[in-house]
Amino acid sequence: MDGIKVIIETCTGCGLCLRACPYQAIELREKKAWITDNCTLCGACVEACPWKAIVIAGWKPIPKEDLSQYRGICVMVEHRFGELSPIVPEIIGAALALKQQFKGDPRTVSALLIGSGVRALSEELFAYGVDEVWLLDKPGIDPFAEDILADLAARAIRDRKPEIVLGGGTVMGRSLLPRMAAKLRTGLTADCTELSIDPETGLLRQTRPAFGGNIMATILCESSRPQMATVRHKVMKPAPKEIGRTGQVVELDYKVPKSDFEILEFVEDTSQKLDLTEADFIVSGGRGLGDPKNFSYIEELARTIGGTVGASRAAVDAGWIPYPHQVGQTGKTVNPKIYIACGISGAVQHQVGMKGSDVIIAINKDPNAPIFSIAHYGIVGDLFQVIPELIRQLRSKEQG
Amino acid sequence: MKIAVCIKQVPGTTEVQINPETGTLMREGVEGIINPFDLYALEEGIRLKEKYGGTVTVLSMGPPQVESAIREAISYGADEGVMISDRSFAGSDTLATAGTLAAALRILGPFDVILMGRQAIDGDTGQVGPETAEHLGIPHVTEVKMIEGVEGNRITLRRMLEHGYLRLKAPLPILLTVVKEINTPRPASFKGKLRARQVPVKILSGKDLDLAPKIVGLSGSPTRVIRVFTPPKPTGGKVFTGEPKEAVQSLLRALKEAGIPMNCKNGS
Repeated sequence: MDGIKVIIETCTGCGLCLRACPYQAIELREKKAWITDNCTLCGACVEACPWKAIVIAGWKPIPKEDLSQYRGICVMVEHRFGELSPIVPEIIGAALALKQQFKGDPRTVSALLIGSGVRALSEELFAYGVDEVWLLDKPGIDPFAEDILADLAARAIRDRKPEIVLGGGTVMGRSLLPRMAAKLRTGLTADCTELSIDPETGLLRQTRPAFGGNIMATILCESSRPQMATVRHKVMKPAPKEIGRTGQVVELDYKVPKSDFEILEFVEDTSQKLDLTEADFIVSGGRGLGDPKNFSYIEELARTIGGTVGASRAAVDAGWIPYPHQVGQTGKTVNPKIYIACGISGAVQHQVGMKGSDVIIAINKDPNAPIFSIAHYGIVGDLFQVIPELIRQLRSKEQG
Repeated sequence: MKIAVCIKQVPGTTEVQINPETGTLMREGVEGIINPFDLYALEEGIRLKEKYGGTVTVLSMGPPQVESAIREAISYGADEGVMISDRSFAGSDTLATAGTLAAALRILGPFDVILMGRQAIDGDTGQVGPETAEHLGIPHVTEVKMIEGVEGNRITLRRMLEHGYLRLKAPLPILLTVVKEINTPRPASFKGKLRARQVPVKILSGKDLDLAPKIVGLSGSPTRVIRVFTPPKPTGGKVFTGEPKEAVQSLLRALKEAGIPMNCKNGS
């Protein structure tokens, strides 16, 4: 297998890599590890080998163009109905943090703002601390018409040449940025939870969870520009807003193409007052509730703390609560400040969707439930007693 | 209607555990499965065919073992399966994968509708769909939760967004990525299982796709993984037992001491 190598002298034939390999791509041949064609170069074995006997040979990329002409950090601005999306201050926060790391060689943080009648949002972007707004404000740009947005944004990036482009790990961001990256033939790292500048090379180190959060990977984009990343919602610290800060507006003047899409309507989901992915407090119920009626316990607790209702797959599959509430691998990934799991055993598939929560509180009658292994706080007990008691004490505290 | 469904074989994750000693993933004996989201894409492809006629072609890129995933897809009702496999494809990032898939789709097509799951559960990127569409020069829509219908060469869709969904009309050909809510996949039929064993699975190699070596695999991938590690585990939680009243009191006290507000109305 090309690219990956077993150092025969160092390999002890212990077999740990065989177990670590997600693709069954390693065999033992004459008591040494042997990489077969099934290998995808995922790197799990490199991590697993205690003897450092497996290496993925660094393929040396050759840049197609002079990379030094690319400078600065660009933030993709997402907006809807005349308002900035909640993730925008977080992306700016991440960009400003990166700016700090270019010591002695300051970079500009700019915001790419495209739309119709969006000029006023520039003020807000300056308040969050961007140096420049690259503005394309023309009629006929629907914020949902992604095809023309991708065209225009890619064009702006080609013209302005930032070295880093950051977008939101939102539905729109995770659709628009890959489209742009493919147009620009450059690398894009999805849903980053950590970004930093390598002090020696000045490259963007992009760290993200994979394998449902069981593995973290740090990724570089060495030979093409810009280096693009989407950032996971509610992970990066939002930039503080200071009204009155100013900056420079750079006017872009491109002809707006006609969209292939005909946007009919946006239908607000009224069953969900607050989107789970944006919620600060989530109370989730699972199989332990035993009956759809018992979701009232979850709803009551959510109401008490001003939170949003989530659910495990078991509860959704049983038809107790609709799919938009599902947290986990086939549902939503959430990052609230507090996540309260009630009657949820905490299968890996559920953990994947909520492990990023700041504080996890588990209520379960089974002390051996896997949820307790990742919970920061837990109560072992009957949720039908614990939840009402919790509500009672929270309410009395509020009054007192 | 010519329909393509791109599927990915991923490690079956139900038994994934972290080895407490080495801190690495233990996947001993775990079989490869079809990425769960791709099953919804496949079902939607079969439903489109049932409604509008045509064929469903399943494509999968990966090492030789993806053949089992393709055969499984045929057992659910796909008409034919194509495996995109070559040693030179290993190490592809999303851009190189998309370029390779697009080349295969171009050779096998043209397709009216190309379906994929919203993301694969191993990589979790969700980028291959939009990138493939760009390589093909056709529009894409992600997170589709309903296909309302097809009229002429226009397709009406519902797409999930934060706080609701968007109804839109899009032209064909188009690439769609789908969410779980779109349907309930059917089980394999007996006839399908028989077919899955008999139908030949076509293989497209690097030579068949006629792609320059520098745009596939590792060398065609602008991103490079330089470090893989397991995230730090939580430092072990405080668990309270006993009478609900005392347990709740202890919990609220512990939260207060840690400065964690339990009420978003007062706290944050």
